[in-house]
Amino acid sequence: MLPLITICLLAALAAPWVYRLAPKYTGILLMPAPVAMFAWLALQVPAVVHGHPVDQSVPWVEGLGLEAAFRLDGLSMLFALLISGIGTLIVVYSQGYFNGHLQQGRFMMYILAFMASMLGVVLADHLLILFIFWELTSFTSYLLIGFNHGNEEARTAALQSMMVTVLGGLFLLAGVVLVAEVTGTWRISELVAHSEQLREHPYYLPIIILVCIGAFTKSAQFPFHFWLPNAMQAPTPASAYLHSSTMVKAGVYLLARLHPALGGTQEWSMILTTVGAVTFLLGAIMALGQHVMKRLLAYTTVSALGAMVMLLGIGTEETIKAMSAFVLAHAFYKAALFLVAGGITHETGGETSVDRLGGLRKAMPFTFVCALLAGLSMGGFPPFFGFVAKENWLHALGDHPLLIAATVIGGAAYVLVGLSVSWKPFNGNPPEGLHAHEMPWSMRIGPLVLGAGSLLLAVFCGTVGHLLVEPAASGITAEAVHVHLHLWAGFNPFLMISLATLVLGAVCYRGRGVFLKAGRSLSGLVRFGPDAGYRQLLDAVLGFAAWQTRLIQSGILRHYIRLAVATATALVAAAFIRGGGLKGLEDLSPLSITSVLVGLLMIAAAVATVHSRSRLRSILCMGTVGFGMALLFTFYGAPDLAMTQLVIETLTVILLALAFYHLPPFSNSSAKRTRSIDLVVSIAAGAIISLLVLAALDVQNPTPISDYYLENSYDEAHGRNIVNVILVDFRGFDTLGEITVMTIAALGAYALLKLRPGKEDPS
Amino acid sequence: MTSTILRTATRYMFPPLLVFSVYVLFRGHHYPGGGFVGGLFAGSAFSLFALSNNVARARALLRADPRDVTAAGLATALFSGLPALFAGHPFMTGMWWDLHLFGTEVHVGTPTIFDIGVYLVVLGVLLTLVFGLGEEE
Repeated sequence: MLPLITICLLAALAAPWVYRLAPKYTGILLMPAPVAMFAWLALQVPAVVHGHPVDQSVPWVEGLGLEAAFRLDGLSMLFALLISGIGTLIVVYSQGYFNGHLQQGRFMMYILAFMASMLGVVLADHLLILFIFWELTSFTSYLLIGFNHGNEEARTAALQSMMVTVLGGLFLLAGVVLVAEVTGTWRISELVAHSEQLREHPYYLPIIILVCIGAFTKSAQFPFHFWLPNAMQAPTPASAYLHSSTMVKAGVYLLARLHPALGGTQEWSMILTTVGAVTFLLGAIMALGQHVMKRLLAYTTVSALGAMVMLLGIGTEETIKAMSAFVLAHAFYKAALFLVAGGITHETGGETSVDRLGGLRKAMPFTFVCALLAGLSMGGFPPFFGFVAKENWLHALGDHPLLIAATVIGGAAYVLVGLSVSWKPFNGNPPEGLHAHEMPWSMRIGPLVLGAGSLLLAVFCGTVGHLLVEPAASGITAEAVHVHLHLWAGFNPFLMISLATLVLGAVCYRGRGVFLKAGRSLSGLVRFGPDAGYRQLLDAVLGFAAWQTRLIQSGILRHYIRLAVATATALVAAAFIRGGGLKGLEDLSPLSITSVLVGLLMIAAAVATVHSRSRLRSILCMGTVGFGMALLFTFYGAPDLAMTQLVIETLTVILLALAFYHLPPFSNSSAKRTRSIDLVVSIAAGAIISLLVLAALDVQNPTPISDYYLENSYDEAHGRNIVNVILVDFRGFDTLGEITVMTIAALGAYALLKLRPGKEDPS
Repeated sequence: MTSTILRTATRYMFPPLLVFSVYVLFRGHHYPGGGFVGGLFAGSAFSLFALSNNVARARALLRADPRDVTAAGLATALFSGLPALFAGHPFMTGMWWDLHLFGTEVHVGTPTIFDIGVYLVVLGVLLTLVFGLGEEE
């Protein structure tokens, strides 16, 4: 599986070049990547159906137990087939949609990279690998939503979706780390065996809350649903792919994946059912007041995701089967409708509102057929797969009258939205000035396959149930279940409920005006919604950042130095005192006259540095301090240090002399108070360093590391100068890091000196 | 800053300083010295030259842009760690060879190459700063 994901990633990297070489055939040339994945998956279907998952793993960092482990079981298979299959159609569709668009290569790159990440999410069998791909989908989604980066709304929406999903991702990371902590394994497939242990552990509640926040942000569950409708700023092929059929289902997938390990408790069921049901109803009701095609579809997507979470939360075998079937049905009709919506907007010159569309049937007959197929499936009309899924769903809810009532309301909204997108634009009188033509062939394939698929899946629903839905449901329950889907299940109360939903929906569709008016009058409520909360939180964070920057970053070098030295001194002093302070001072070697004299000279020079009224004199005095230090180094047998110190002192004088040119005449401008603060800070810093050095004498390591260096310097590293051997050999890696830092610092200084506005680079 | 004394002194000090810096670099493995100090010596030679003449002449004398010197040094240090990888050891394990050059036996190892990298980085960083400051008008 890793090679196939890699192929998709490579195709993503190659996309801009492919576009440059063959702009007309980019889609066709890139198509083999997703097709290869789809074909491989299709070949695995028989084995997986018979309960033989495919396991593959490549060791990565063995010491950390990190391995690129992948596993294809029934649940992964359903999602992976949808991702690669719809992905292929999207790639072809994008060819027509972006025809002549200069940035088509960039779009293809993003969408293929997204596909690879999404495949990684559903195929990963290692919690951390899953997390990595999870974050990659957030990132690629950010790029896709912000594709039209000239548009401010697109940028805001992209940032919002990334903030929300990445924040959720962090919660998820904490959750999976706890899971691994409790069970001692990172392998998802091994978690089932530890489910008992997980449920009884005190961490159980924190784990499910963290995991649920991760999944809910990704799958746009209430109260995190707001980013999804805003994400409709993405180009339509991306919306069709990410925000209907794949990425937003990652959260649902994750919950389903972890269901056997974490599910089956009251808490799990409570959280999922409540949040799912609220999201389901809220999304459906909010969809009623919309008139922009993509937003109509977006709110019903929120609603559908809620339904999936709700069905999973109830957690009976029947609801899990119904959920698996609904995932399949939803992916087909929703992707098809998005593609149709994109096609209409594309071919009418940018019209997005269903209320300003009509009579397109003549100009776009082919699109109309595809739209109708998908729209009827969405509404749950027989004989489409949406109907089959809805039947199963109602059956599964059996004894939950409240949830059945919710389903009827939601179902009616789906009928309204399905008809609004697939019937309204194509019938009635065309508004004036509306010119349209049929979509090009490349854009017809996707809607046709998906629309006709909604019908064919229903016709062959027995086989589909056996090959796709049954393995998926078995994957969720972690035991073999049997699925029998019927297009015609005989007369029963649920069929009546289903038909009543259709009638209610049709009535609502006739009375759409009421909902639009209500939607407009209630739009003020948005101010109190989570979207507004997000904006306020963001503003508050930015405000805090600005405030603390103003407070600390004065821009005056003196203040920075004072603050840095004072902070470091305070922290070191605190650690020093906590560590017990200064202990005995025995075994100090006697002071020699020479070192006392040098020390006194240094002190005198330091005092003179501060009191001098000439810069040159200050620098020379400071140089005296440095040369005195070098002398002390030679007294105590550190010639390397002494030599370096001497050269550094010399260079400092040269550098300062160069810098002098640019300084104003010397004046003692600091106030008395500032000078006393500086005095206190510097004395404290000096004192604490001296105390630290004295205390360091007292530290007794059982075996000092210097012994090792002394013994091995010549034998192992062929060098007699230990200092140098440590620098270039024993601790060479550190030195490599240090010279890198030096380089960065030099480049930074260079940028400050040279690259100011209005200056030319001399080189 | 134009001082005839300094300029004359620099003219005579510049070549020995450079030779000395290379000497310090290579003796470093057994005796006090090494790439860091060596680089500082070479850097001071060029800095003195820049101070007594001018930065443009010092740049011309160095020929390469100091930033390129830094980059070359960093690359040298990095590549010195690679031979160990080919021999199956961890990155930057010291490797030593005995070479017979001009009739004498020379003992060379990757740490020496690494030290040359350090020398170049120190030289480049120092001169990037000194030349940059010196050109400020």
